[in-house]
Amino acid sequence: MKLRIWHSYQIATWQPNLWDVVAVLLLFLAFAFLSWGATQMTAPYQMGEALAVNLSPSALPYYILRTILRMLIAMFFALFFTFTLATLAAKNKHARHVIIPIIDILQSVPVLGFLSITIVGFISLFPNSLLGPECAAIFAIFTCQAWNIFLGFYQSLRTVPPLFEETAHVFQLSPWQKFWRLEVPFALPSLIWNMMISMSTSWFFVVASEAITVNKEKILLPGIGSYIGVAIMHQDIAAIVYAIIAMIIVILLYDQLVFRPLVNWSEKFKSGENEEPQTQSWILRFLHRTRLLKLIGELFAILFDEFVNLSFFQRKKSRKTISLDIPPFILKFIVYLWYFVIITLSLLGFILLMHFIYQTTSLTEILHVFTLGFYTTLRIMAVVIVCSVIWVPIGIWVGLRPRTAHYVQAIAQLFSAFPMNLLFPLVVIWILKYKLNFEIWCAPLMILGPQWYMLFNIIAGTSTIPQNLRHAAKNFGVTGFLWFRRFIFPVVFPYFITGAITTVGGAWNATIVAEIVNWGTTSLKASGLGSYITQVTAQGSFAKVALGLGVMCLYVLFFDHLVWQPLYNLAAKRT
Amino acid sequence: MTNLIELRNIKKIFKKSEKKELLVLDQINFNIHEGEIIALLGRSGSGKSTLLRIIAGLTKPTAGEVRYYEKPVLEPAQGIAMVFQHFALMPWLTILENVSLGLEALGVSKKESRQRALKAIDLIGLDGFESAYPKELSGGMQQRVGIARALVVEPKLLLMDEAFSALDILTAENLRDDLLDLWTKSEFKKNSILLVTHNIEEAVAFADRIIVMDYNPGRVRSILHIDLPHPRNSGSKKFQGYVELIYKLMTKTTKAEIIDIGYRIPEAPVTKLMGLVDQIGEVQKAHKTIDLPTIADDLLLDIDELLSLTEILKLLQFIKETPEGNIELTEAGLQFEKADILLRKKIFSTHLLIYIPLTKHIYTKIHDEPSRRISKAQILKDLSAYLSEEEAQRVINVAIEWGRYAELFAYDDNAEELNLENPI
Repeated sequence: MKLRIWHSYQIATWQPNLWDVVAVLLLFLAFAFLSWGATQMTAPYQMGEALAVNLSPSALPYYILRTILRMLIAMFFALFFTFTLATLAAKNKHARHVIIPIIDILQSVPVLGFLSITIVGFISLFPNSLLGPECAAIFAIFTCQAWNIFLGFYQSLRTVPPLFEETAHVFQLSPWQKFWRLEVPFALPSLIWNMMISMSTSWFFVVASEAITVNKEKILLPGIGSYIGVAIMHQDIAAIVYAIIAMIIVILLYDQLVFRPLVNWSEKFKSGENEEPQTQSWILRFLHRTRLLKLIGELFAILFDEFVNLSFFQRKKSRKTISLDIPPFILKFIVYLWYFVIITLSLLGFILLMHFIYQTTSLTEILHVFTLGFYTTLRIMAVVIVCSVIWVPIGIWVGLRPRTAHYVQAIAQLFSAFPMNLLFPLVVIWILKYKLNFEIWCAPLMILGPQWYMLFNIIAGTSTIPQNLRHAAKNFGVTGFLWFRRFIFPVVFPYFITGAITTVGGAWNATIVAEIVNWGTTSLKASGLGSYITQVTAQGSFAKVALGLGVMCLYVLFFDHLVWQPLYNLAAKRT
Repeated sequence: MTNLIELRNIKKIFKKSEKKELLVLDQINFNIHEGEIIALLGRSGSGKSTLLRIIAGLTKPTAGEVRYYEKPVLEPAQGIAMVFQHFALMPWLTILENVSLGLEALGVSKKESRQRALKAIDLIGLDGFESAYPKELSGGMQQRVGIARALVVEPKLLLMDEAFSALDILTAENLRDDLLDLWTKSEFKKNSILLVTHNIEEAVAFADRIIVMDYNPGRVRSILHIDLPHPRNSGSKKFQGYVELIYKLMTKTTKAEIIDIGYRIPEAPVTKLMGLVDQIGEVQKAHKTIDLPTIADDLLLDIDELLSLTEILKLLQFIKETPEGNIELTEAGLQFEKADILLRKKIFSTHLLIYIPLTKHIYTKIHDEPSRRISKAQILKDLSAYLSEEEAQRVINVAIEWGRYAELFAYDDNAEELNLENPI
């Protein structure tokens, strides 16, 4: 769908072909489903009322639709949030000083924590409607999508080449025109990529955020997550298998119908020269071939043109710059006031939170939570080491074989999108059967999802080695351990670090669902920070939730800044 | 002739640090008349690109004023368009959309904008590429788009920032000729061009008037009228005369600069210094006068590199200026030319310690330390009173390359530390 200039003769000579009919039908179907799902969301609901979940496989498409709808709504808000606040942060120094650190910290708060904290507020906001829990779930999904989109867009805005800036300036584009003609297109490849990655990761959390126990009440929002939840409650293995199969199909469709076309399309926005598109998409080729959709694409292009050139945002003809002549000392005063308010607010927030936690908990409780955090850290460290031992050699082996790498990458991409928590019940059955120690065996559950990032990065790193370097190594007879130490390791190390950082981040997020799992009435629990947070959420003691989350944040930030950041800098220096 | 642009006492200072300021442009006064083609010629560091950006309204001068039709230029003005060195085309827009960009900003109607853009594309010979993306085009074609994008807004003044220097010679000449052709034969004749360049031949081939810039600080050294009809023949005697004249103008040392540790060492890699000494030596042995334009041609050096290298060789006392304004090897230079690698290193190191204060400074500092090692940061700090951080980094890196080659000191890039150790 190229954004191209309108050729009116295309309407005149337009004749529908078969592909058009297929495409239109598909499009209508999608619209119909989405709008139907939306009407269901506002259904009346009383707190405590049990929502029946139908475990027959025929109900699955509906549940999946509801789940997808939630993700799309969350994505819309994430984009809006990004376009406004990330732009503000990129353009204004004072806003940046506040916004970026906040995002940085929010990023390390485990996503499911947001759910526990916000759900009560949302429920009281819409008392007699499902909209409350619905909003809470959407908000949780938003939090797992927004940050990386936000930071990616912010990074792009900050790195717009000065040459483009000057061009926009010399040719006198208005700020609005500049945003849509220069900044957004420049950021688009990273934006689309991050959006797609966010969609993938949100499957994991959507499953976890639909069936939640809050304040001793079980809320089940219609969706695939609740379906799984209920299946676990009833120990219905067949239903779990249905859900897994359905999920595989959805992810395959998503990859082919949405992910690839969009990423493929966005590659034309890359400013690097002679870059061959890396993603192939048959659906995009198909869309190029349908005449009607091409027309629709061009219609969008025209609408976009109109949108960019809205006369309200045009630079005014009488080139009098509307500069509000605020005296500098008032400006200065406003800036100081801004920082004053921000600092006061954060201090106040801190004091209130401390007070709240202190009132409801004790010092021993705090120490206890820190100890639990330590256990969880140990678990994560162990599991990441095991994961590296397995995936680094495999990744290198695959990365050295371009054709294999191509397929493995695609498959790993699908795996990484698959919500691994769907597989938890199967693992639990196995653990129960062999009476394994859950304190140890919960660890693999944490890594089940994030391990793919490690594999991705190793493969990507290895495949960056140019052919002639490999030939040179061969020519000088560099083999065996020397080959690994002098040749492969230095290249792959930075990628390994990036992979490890992502994997560890994912593992922290997974602790909340991995350290405590249920099967029917049996509940397996490992002592750790994740299980603590889940338990106190179910009990409804929000001070403890806040405490647990706070401690988790501290752990994540601590390791980020003292271990990963220095390692990352070291790795980045050599490339 | 009416004055399109008047420059009055333009001065530009970049603040390097709290204490030190760098004077980039000083006392710039000249006018641009309607229909005139001007070349602004100077080596890098002469502030010519900064001056161009001041005229474009992209940068504010520290003092002085640019007037466009009597009105001061404070921000980009309608009627002044620019062509960039590296094209600056938006990769996500088609050629037609790229060319229409300026019209869109002016709020020209869709229909009219399309018409005018197509006409500009046609004019510059890009017909048939309208729906292509910049990526699909060669460098020369991309720059045509850059020119079309500027022409379409019907500028009174076209600013060209090294517009041909990212292209290979053949393409550059072809594009230049096409543009000149367009200028001399069409309605654009009334409009003016200001071309910033460091290529002497290009300036002589293109301009009615050449403004030669001094450097450090950038001042107008001289203004030459090129009295040749278009199209000009670069092989003609008169043409070559102009080139020769400008070469001499640019290489002549005008003033005695104080060389201290804050001296802005230009880019002069060791291998190129050696190469130039060898080349001059060869010519000298054949008892010919050293003709800089020819040497630059032979060694494929542009004027910028050539001037940097000769400056350093002069400083190191390997070459000197003859009274006629030519150059030749000195006694030391001749000795250096004849020496083998090891002896060359020795001579080089002696001269570095005597004539380049920064290398001397680094050398003594390392020897003063009991541990025989100092961090690069320390040297950076010493330079902070003289140079901007970025410039100091660059200068230190040049000095480190020399010092390593001369085996005066060693450098550990991981630790960013200078020492006397030999690698194990």
